[in-house]
Parts: sequence; C-alpha cells; structure tokens
Amino acid sequence: MNRTEAVDVVKESLAQVVPGADLAALRPDDAFRDALELDSLDFLSFVETLSRRTGVRIDDEDTPRLTTLSGCAEFLASRTE
Amino acid sequence: MAEFTMPSLGADMDEGTLQEWLVRPGERVRRGDPVAVVETAKSTIEVECFETGTVGELLVEPGRTVPVGTPLALIETEPREPEKPRRKPPRGRKPKATPPPEAIPPPLPEPAPAGVQESPVAPPPEERPQHEAVPLVRRLARERGVDLETLHGSGLHGRISRSDVRRAAARQPRARITPLARRLAGELGVDLSTVSGTGRYGAVRADDVRKAAAGPATALVSDRAEPARTAAEPARTADDRAAAMRRTIASLMARSKRDIPHYYLSTTVDMAAAMGWLREHNRRGPVGERVLPAALLLKAAALAVREVPALNGFWTEDHFTEGDGVHLGVAVSLRGGGLVAPALRDADTLALPQLMARLKDLVTRAREGRLRGSEVSDPTITVTNLGDQGVESVLGVIYPPQVALIGFGRVVDRPCAVDGLLGVRPTVTATLSADHRATDGAIGARCLTAVDRLLQHPEEL
Repeated sequence: MNRTEAVDVVKESLAQVVPGADLAALRPDDAFRDALELDSLDFLSFVETLSRRTGVRIDDEDTPRLTTLSGCAEFLASRTE
Repeated sequence: MAEFTMPSLGADMDEGTLQEWLVRPGERVRRGDPVAVVETAKSTIEVECFETGTVGELLVEPGRTVPVGTPLALIETEPREPEKPRRKPPRGRKPKATPPPEAIPPPLPEPAPAGVQESPVAPPPEERPQHEAVPLVRRLARERGVDLETLHGSGLHGRISRSDVRRAAARQPRARITPLARRLAGELGVDLSTVSGTGRYGAVRADDVRKAAAGPATALVSDRAEPARTAAEPARTADDRAAAMRRTIASLMARSKRDIPHYYLSTTVDMAAAMGWLREHNRRGPVGERVLPAALLLKAAALAVREVPALNGFWTEDHFTEGDGVHLGVAVSLRGGGLVAPALRDADTLALPQLMARLKDLVTRAREGRLRGSEVSDPTITVTNLGDQGVESVLGVIYPPQVALIGFGRVVDRPCAVDGLLGVRPTVTATLSADHRATDGAIGARCLTAVDRLLQHPEEL
C-alpha cells in the first residue's frame, strides 16, 4: 500500500466513524483526534475500521503512531510492504 | 380502557413531539412493546407501552408537540376476568397447566430473531392475553403478524396450534408500513417491497427504510446518515434543537443545584493492575473485542454501587427509594453540543466484553437519536467520564431525582509512593457527588473505596 492509498483508506475510515466530518480541511500533520473531537470509543471504532479495511492488526501499542494522517499513512505503508 | 400518555422520559422533560406511531388502531400491544417514537429536546426515543391490550383511537397526530401527561392514544386493556371465557377451559384449571402433548411444538425451525422486538418488561402473569396458545405459538404469531384474538383454534378446547397461525398468516396481506417509513421511502427512493420490517408484526419502520437506503452494511456510514437524518427531522433545525437542549439542561441543572445539597468526595486510584490486565486482554483478543479503560471503570462503579445501595436510587417526596437494579446512566456528549445520559441497564451483572459491546451500542444510538424510553427514563445513578476531554477530575452535578454521580478523569501517569519507593504509575481520580439529604459522607466514602478495591482486581470485574 502506498502512502496515497493509505491516506485514502484512513480518511474513509474516519468518515465512517464521524459522519459529516470535514476531512478536506484536515492537514497531514493535524492531530485528528482533537480536530474531529474523537473520544476513546470513536477512536476505537476508527482503529477497528482501519484494521478491517487494511487487514493490518493494530495493537494498543501502535496507536501513538496513529494521531495524524501522515502518521497513519507511514504506519500502514510500513506494515503492508 | 387505559390512556397511553406522553411519558416523562427523565426529570428534564416537560413536553415531547410525537414523531411516529409504530402501531395502528385495532392492533394488539403488550406491555413493553414500542408503540411510538417521541422526540424530546434531547433525543428521539422509542416509547414502550405500559399496558397490554388493543390500540383504540390515536388521539395525537404525528408532528404535534404536547405536554407530558397528555393522552396520546386509548388502549383497551384486557379484562382480568372476561365475562365470556371464549376459549377458556373449565374454571379452576389454569390454561398452561394442561397443554396436550401435541400442542407443545419443538423449537421453531425458522426463528427470525432479527425481526422480533423482545419486550424488555415481561408482562405480569395476570396480564397475559387469554388466548389458548402456548408461548411458542404466541411468538410465531407475533413474528407472522397474526392477531391471536381473531383466530379459532383447531385444537382441544379451541387451542391454537402453529398450523392455525401459519394458515392465518398466509391469508394476511403484506406487513404494514409506518407513515414516517412510507414518507422516507419516497424521499430516499427505497422500494418498500424489498424492505423487511423490524417493528411489531413485521411492520416496516423508518429505521428499516434508512437501513435499506444505506445499502449493504459495508457502505460508508456518512453516505446514509445525512439524508436520513434531515428527512427524519424536518420540523426542527439543528440550531433549534441545540437551543432546546441547552434550555433543558439549564433548567435541570439549576434545579439540581437549587434543591440538592451536594457533598463531594475524591480519591486517587492506582490503575497499574487494571491497565496491565487490559493491555494483555486486548493483545490476545481480536481488534473488535477490545475493551477500553472506560468499560473497566464503569463496571467497577456498578459493583461498588451494588455494595452501597443507599446511593443507587431516587430522592422523591422527602424520602429515598432504592433502584431496582443498577442502571448506570452513562453521560454521552453529543457532537454539536449537549449531552444525554442513557442507562446501561443492570451494568453490575454484565461481563466486561458484554458491557463494552453494550456501551458502544448505547453511545452510537445516543448520538444517532435512537434511544428507547426505558433507557432514558430510569438510570439509578450517573457516571461521567471526562478523561477523554483531557481533564484529571470531574465533580459532577447530580441528575435529579438520582442521589449520586460518580466521575472519572483521565488515566494519567503520576509519581506515587509504591512500597516505600517513588514510582511512576498510571492513576485515575474517582470522585463522588452525592445528595446529603439521602446519605452522609461516610456512606459515600464506602463507595469510592470499593471502586478503588475493585480496580485492583481487574480479572474479577
């Protein structure tokens, strides 16, 4: 999975968790948990969705890397090489 | 004859808007069946019936806003002793005591659990309908939308068998469709003949149409949520709604602070054991069964409250009434502002994965406005968890007529004295706001120390 594909799947997953979220305004290095006001349940469903869509297992220890779009893309790219 | 009235779905509700009827005149309802969708300032709620009987006249049109207590419909209740015991066996014999063997069917081969609205409240025995039908036959009748009153049983003493029900079902026209569902289907371009209903007697409801409009479950939620929501709430703009919610919160919280002499307690809980256990649990299981710290905290709170029942219930008319079970009101903040605190019913009896699943479901439905009447009207104590908002502690305002509120802050690493040495441990600040009319500080303290003790043994939660 290249970075563009990864960013797309991350955005799709966020859209599913937060219907109506303004993803276009989200910059690659914005901390989206704050920007989109995700609580821990939202974030967990984001992780579940992302994991299901990409087939990548995401553990609790990985979540610190999943705070920004670019962080997520990097993580997914490294796990799907 | 009984009146089905606009219920009070919490102390903060003065009026409600009847959004949709889920039943029609002449339809039989049982206690606990959802019969109407009511929109309050805070949420859209499915309201259950408190009587068993037949729906008479519907007195209020969908779209009208009426005060709490206004009759919405007439329910013809079942007489306890019918004058003409049509299918009753000779007196003195209980119907259920003598079912002929052939009337007890094997488990249904084609159960349709998704289509059955199980009533949350089992009707007391004396309110059971008088048809001669064993429970499985009654269930089949409910699934197939057959009114047992209109059936003549072919069995002994007019007993109704499953084949009677099947024959009647075959004669019936196709399942009904609620008015809102019909309108939505028009707006969303959904073919109603392809929609399977989840309402009573297989009635197609607005939600079913929305689901059908969304297509397969893999479709993006955002694709479906927007048109459906706007279609379902044509009368109110989001701003009106937010303003109305603000006003109800304002009046309830003002009432709480005016009437309830709050006292506050707080304690810091070492979360090392709990977080360690969670990490292990989550590492072993699939991603979908992951448990969040919030679920552990809720379970610990529920068990602690069970140990200290004086905090679990209601203060009304100068005395305390204990709740029947621990129904934790979970404070859920809504996107766009406001909050609701629906009940996680019998939270003390749920295993952790179950509690976690129920929590996810409850929060999702609270945010989509699909709560049920029993969930919003009877929390026995509220728990608020502001950890996600980044704060370390919260001293909450009690939700009248409840008598206590438990608050949790963020799980945060703090320097602690551990076995005579300085260590860094994950900790959480647990607080209790309680009504001094109902309890004293010593009682409240027992609750918080129980929370602490329980969180040291996460494997037992």
